[in-house]
Amino acid sequence: MEKTIDKTGVKIGMWIFLYSEVILFGGLFVLYAVYFHNFPEDFALGGKELNRIFGTANTLVLLISSFTVAASITAIQQRKKGLAIGFLVFSLLCGVTFLVNKYFEWGAKFHHDLYPNSDRLLDSDPGFNIFFGLYYTITGLHGLHVIIGMVLLAISLVLIARDKISAERYAMLENSGLYWHLVDLIWIFVFPLFYLVL
Amino acid sequence: MSEHEGEHILSYGFLAQILGGLIVLTAVTVGVSYIDWGFLNVPIALFVASSKATLVLLFFMHIKYEGMVIKVSFISTMIVLAIMISFTFWDVAFR
Repeated sequence: MEKTIDKTGVKIGMWIFLYSEVILFGGLFVLYAVYFHNFPEDFALGGKELNRIFGTANTLVLLISSFTVAASITAIQQRKKGLAIGFLVFSLLCGVTFLVNKYFEWGAKFHHDLYPNSDRLLDSDPGFNIFFGLYYTITGLHGLHVIIGMVLLAISLVLIARDKISAERYAMLENSGLYWHLVDLIWIFVFPLFYLVL
Repeated sequence: MSEHEGEHILSYGFLAQILGGLIVLTAVTVGVSYIDWGFLNVPIALFVASSKATLVLLFFMHIKYEGMVIKVSFISTMIVLAIMISFTFWDVAFR
């Protein structure tokens, strides 16, 4: 007997989960907005400590990886298994690049004595401390999402290699892709708010 | 709702155009950030970010090709988010 798959239902389930993620990060953005309103000068000082080059590079890396994830779905729909795997491997490399950049970026902050509970932050104005508190919370939570997204893409990659994901049934790849795009979407807002507007 | 909902295949060329648009918008938002627009800094940055988010949502995330359930539920989520952000912010700004 043929098992029927509710493709729309599978996707709706993923979207409902994504809505909860949107509200989670939305809450953090509300915190950012409120403290930015209360401490505009301190936030401007904090923003100047961040490196625009790193931020821009990471934005481009995530945008390109979103493109390759979308392209891997097109490839699987056209039954080009090797190409789909290639696109996913490239996307995973982008994820690694993002995290390596983040490692160096955070490392530079630590080097400048800017980390939670550091002497410099404790001695500075409360707004400056709050800015870096939000910076580490939001980019850290986002980084965790990057790692989860990479795990999901890696699982999809293995399933494609084993023919468990095919042109007939690729909901797992589609949903992993949706998660990856969400990670990209969040960064699209994190980037200007922390690196640019201040 | 068609029976082939979700089966829409996007060409590589089309996806690449969307990527091109996103990269151009990134260049715009980085470029204008070097100019001080005063109180308009945040609205300009958020406007460009929202345009980028729209491109990602409509095409990379296929919302344009989904059925009504996903479209309506997505818009509802955005309304909830807007209420959450704006009401909190009004409270703080005009207290």
